Amino acid sequence: MSTEHEQRTVRCLVAKVGLDGHDRGAHVIARAFRDAGFEVIYSGLHKSPDDIVQAAVQEDVDVLGISILSGAHDTLVPKIMDGLEEYGALEDTLVIVGGIIPDDDREELYEAGVSNIFGPGATMEETIEFVRENAPER
Amino acid sequence: MSEDTLIEELLAGKHRALARVITKIENRSPGYRDLVSKLHEHTGNAEVIGITGSPGAGKSTLVDKMASTYRDRGETVGVIAIDPSSPFTGGAVLGDRIRMASNVGDMDVFFRSMSARGSLGGLSTATTDAVKALDAFGKDKIIVETVGAGQNEIEIVKTADTVSVLVPPGSGDDIQMLKAGILEIADIFVVNKADMEGANRTVMELKEMIEMRDASPMAGHHGAESLVDTADNGGTETETGTDEEGWQPTVVETIAKTGEGVEEFLGAITEHVAWLSESGELEVQARQRYEAEIKTLLREDTAALLEEELSARGGLESHIDRVLRKETDPYTIADELMAPIEDCVGEARREP
Repeated sequence: MSTEHEQRTVRCLVAKVGLDGHDRGAHVIARAFRDAGFEVIYSGLHKSPDDIVQAAVQEDVDVLGISILSGAHDTLVPKIMDGLEEYGALEDTLVIVGGIIPDDDREELYEAGVSNIFGPGATMEETIEFVRENAPER
Repeated sequence: MSEDTLIEELLAGKHRALARVITKIENRSPGYRDLVSKLHEHTGNAEVIGITGSPGAGKSTLVDKMASTYRDRGETVGVIAIDPSSPFTGGAVLGDRIRMASNVGDMDVFFRSMSARGSLGGLSTATTDAVKALDAFGKDKIIVETVGAGQNEIEIVKTADTVSVLVPPGSGDDIQMLKAGILEIADIFVVNKADMEGANRTVMELKEMIEMRDASPMAGHHGAESLVDTADNGGTETETGTDEEGWQPTVVETIAKTGEGVEEFLGAITEHVAWLSESGELEVQARQRYEAEIKTLLREDTAALLEEELSARGGLESHIDRVLRKETDPYTIADELMAPIEDCVGEARREP
């Protein structure tokens, strides 16, 4: 394709879902992703699972990063996954979760289709590296 | 997904397909040109509105209110919001979506954030093509919100039917600057945040400026006809001048945060669109755009062809060495390199 120079950029949606006002982490990761050369769309606070799905589908993001510190991950995250499935977006969206997720709850989220969970102590480099390596090929 | 199914699904109203087509356009993925050329026959039904203005003027908030007003009237809306990207990493935080609070959860408002990825033919072509995708999808209104500042503001003329320029109150000094650039592209001036001090003054200054421009002998196709004052409803003035010779930019006041004045603003857009089709300007505009589009594509293609030929012939390095040694100069090199191509093209023209 000599006349078509592909300019692919990783697109991410950083999403805050539910009644959870702690957005420092989301802001920090949004900035780190930006500096890593990704295009970051930030959802804003207090979004419903449907809002997140709408944004993820319309923006056609490669990566959906859900930040959640409210403890409601076991109800909210599966709702988002179902919504993505409904629009046929689940299979080629990399979903990662950041925040406070107890060890006991993690298996359930992985089963729902979450690719990785980054809790306290996870480094920016680690997260960015994971996204770079696992962003879906389309 | 193959290209044909992608187009089929887009035309059938699948959001996912529309989103993917826009991604391919943005990435300039292999085959995106075929996609866009297939879309062409399905376009031409949407009204394209451009919103520009300085950062913080309230563009996103106004777009949100515009979209929800159109939705109340039962019309579907597509929005493309462009934010700047880092010149160093290419990364970007696309923040316009946060302002779309009135339309969250409404799938019939298709909101897409785009970054102004570099300048390599990127912005204007990708935005224009993305507008085509939304048009073919069947959106009634397409709103394009530009980056806050820079040359892109002028680029919007190539895409939008109606260009609205937001001017925050009290920007007296900025207006001086507006004179040269933005004034010339605005079909409608929106003095947003009209509840702030200085709004009246800004409205006055804008009107004065429009009049002055018309009085100037260098006023181009805009005649010196007087303004036609129409309405003064609830603090929101709408001035229209639909004379035969040209469009007289309208000045409207809005408070995007509360939605005040948005109806009047949309009314002004409708008037402008009516003028476009009555005056025949719509067709003139379309012709100019297609001409510009074809020329851009030709430029891109010839540049790529040249690039390919150059690398096949060993690149520019040896030529640069000669220029450095002052044995020759860049102009001569360009002439030398172009000569065989010119011969080739000339020959082909002689024997059709």
